[in-house]
Amino acid sequence: MATAESSPRPSFPGRGSALGGISPVSVLLVAVAAALLVGCLRSETFAQLTVEGLALGAVYGSLALALVLVYRATRIVNFAQGELAMATTYIAWQLIQWGLSYWEAFFATLGIAFVLGTLLEVVLIRPVLHRSAIAAVIVTVGLFILIDGAVTWIWGGSFKFMPSPFGTKIYHVGGVAIARLYLGMLAVVLVSVVLVWALFRFTKIGLGMRAAALRPAEAALVGIRVDRMLAVGWGLAAVLGAVAGLMAEPSQFLLEPTLMQPILVYAFAAAVLGGLESPAGAVVGGLAIGVSLSLIVQYVPAISSELQLPFAFAVLIVVLLIKPSGLFGRREVRRV
Amino acid sequence: MSRLPALVSLLAVAGVLAALPFLLSSYNISLAAQVGIFFIAVLGLNILTGYTGQISIGHGAFMAIGGYTTAVLSRDHDTNLVVTMLAAFAICFVFGVLVGLPALRLSGVYLALVTFALAISVPQLPLKWSSFLGGRDGVQASRTVSHLWLYAVAWSAAAILFVLAWLILRGRVGRAFRAVRDSEIAAVASGIELPVYKTLAFGISAAYAGVAGSLFVLATNGFAAPDEFAVVLSLELLIGAAVAGLGSLWGILAGAAFVGLLPAVSSSVPVIGSDHGRDVVFGAAVVLVMLLLPGGFAGLLARLRQLARA
Repeated sequence: MATAESSPRPSFPGRGSALGGISPVSVLLVAVAAALLVGCLRSETFAQLTVEGLALGAVYGSLALALVLVYRATRIVNFAQGELAMATTYIAWQLIQWGLSYWEAFFATLGIAFVLGTLLEVVLIRPVLHRSAIAAVIVTVGLFILIDGAVTWIWGGSFKFMPSPFGTKIYHVGGVAIARLYLGMLAVVLVSVVLVWALFRFTKIGLGMRAAALRPAEAALVGIRVDRMLAVGWGLAAVLGAVAGLMAEPSQFLLEPTLMQPILVYAFAAAVLGGLESPAGAVVGGLAIGVSLSLIVQYVPAISSELQLPFAFAVLIVVLLIKPSGLFGRREVRRV
Repeated sequence: MSRLPALVSLLAVAGVLAALPFLLSSYNISLAAQVGIFFIAVLGLNILTGYTGQISIGHGAFMAIGGYTTAVLSRDHDTNLVVTMLAAFAICFVFGVLVGLPALRLSGVYLALVTFALAISVPQLPLKWSSFLGGRDGVQASRTVSHLWLYAVAWSAAAILFVLAWLILRGRVGRAFRAVRDSEIAAVASGIELPVYKTLAFGISAAYAGVAGSLFVLATNGFAAPDEFAVVLSLELLIGAAVAGLGSLWGILAGAAFVGLLPAVSSSVPVIGSDHGRDVVFGAAVVLVMLLLPGGFAGLLARLRQLARA
């Protein structure tokens, strides 16, 4: 397959080409934000739904970012990313059952997720990395079923109840009721995303990871342990997935083995909408999917809540057909 | 495989399959029928993924369409069940071509993403149009079939579809499929119309999945419900194709037996013999196969033949 990149340098996190200068995409985003703001000022329901949508969208964006990190590092879409996130959410539940407080369990789980993600890359992904794309996809699909089965085997298939870390408090801002839960979700996800961005942007290991993902051979020549960097990338992705799972659980989703399956589809749509290459795009895409689902289900009678997943599917198809590089991705030129 | 041994082994398999109903208990016949159903679906997926190089994690969606076709036709018109299978074949062919059209512009991971989303989305549709498609409760076909009927029909269909696949793949069309898989650029340069062959492969493989889905519904007492077609089904098909060996027809029986029998076999194993222990075995097995035996069962056969010749 002949691939030539129109821009020789793909955007790094923190050096997003689309963010500098005025591009049509940024104009579009500002316009959408303005429209949302006007809507929020005019209608309380609209404002409430927007906040909810943003919170859920942050969760989708977080998982999408995990997918993007893995894709940038290893050119693999990890179909087991959602299941991994679901498994780590169960681990957090178990830790809480054993008597840890919510936030102790939260941080312990992130650590466990990092180790799990790293191990997976080293043990299972590395051997198929340089074989066909199909082989890698099949391994992650096998992992999907493996994790799904293991979780059901250990914890059973019925719902588990996890206490909400943010309580049930509701703030009233000018007639709009906003649950503390949603603000908390939004804050936790955004803080984790910013931390990951800062890691990539300002630390030596982040620089090493960027180099290893984009120019493996050259990175190895200047002494970067490329293998190790890719494994760390998988570990970080697992951490972001765990954040997504933990934040999804107290909102609309129940802790059960299928917890992350719909979220994975939304995350796919988000990642593709943002351009599968772009970390910033994944987050923006996630927020866009979250808000549009939340609003569409309320205001478009034809699309009821059963059609949320098909809607995400439609977004996926339309983006790939009209603008396969997404909002922030680089264009790939390929002629056949 | 050279002509004669291939023919002999095919005839041997056919003979064993014909003898099985006389040897097995009713329960085991239903298991053997299950293998036949997966045989058809894995065969279809292999035409697409193995021969044309287009990955699909969404063939469970086509099985769902085929299954609902049978259930709805039988419920509303009491159509002959074999006729509903032909209808499932035709309808799924059309849907396959429709999905294949956007797939023309997608390759590799993007196609995997889209088909995965398809597999998750399609079981939602009966919930939306619940008066026609039965909602969460599903659709009940007007008649049920015996295990023996299912076995006979499933394996007859499998035999017909196997010969059909062999005829398609050995000739001009099959060469075009393989050329598309190996290099799209080279294929176009030799005058192959990519859109035609890619969508054709999608249509054929979806049609196979449709027939399998139709039988799949009959195997569950003619009952089609969204939960039966959960995303795991699609994953199982891809796993079956991987175990069988992509790009070869000779391992399909092994792949189908793996997917069709593993649930029953692993549930009788101690420790993991719970409902979901089997998924652990499933996942672990496929990961091991991919790591240790990249060519699947067909690859193993080929390697053994080389050893025998040396």
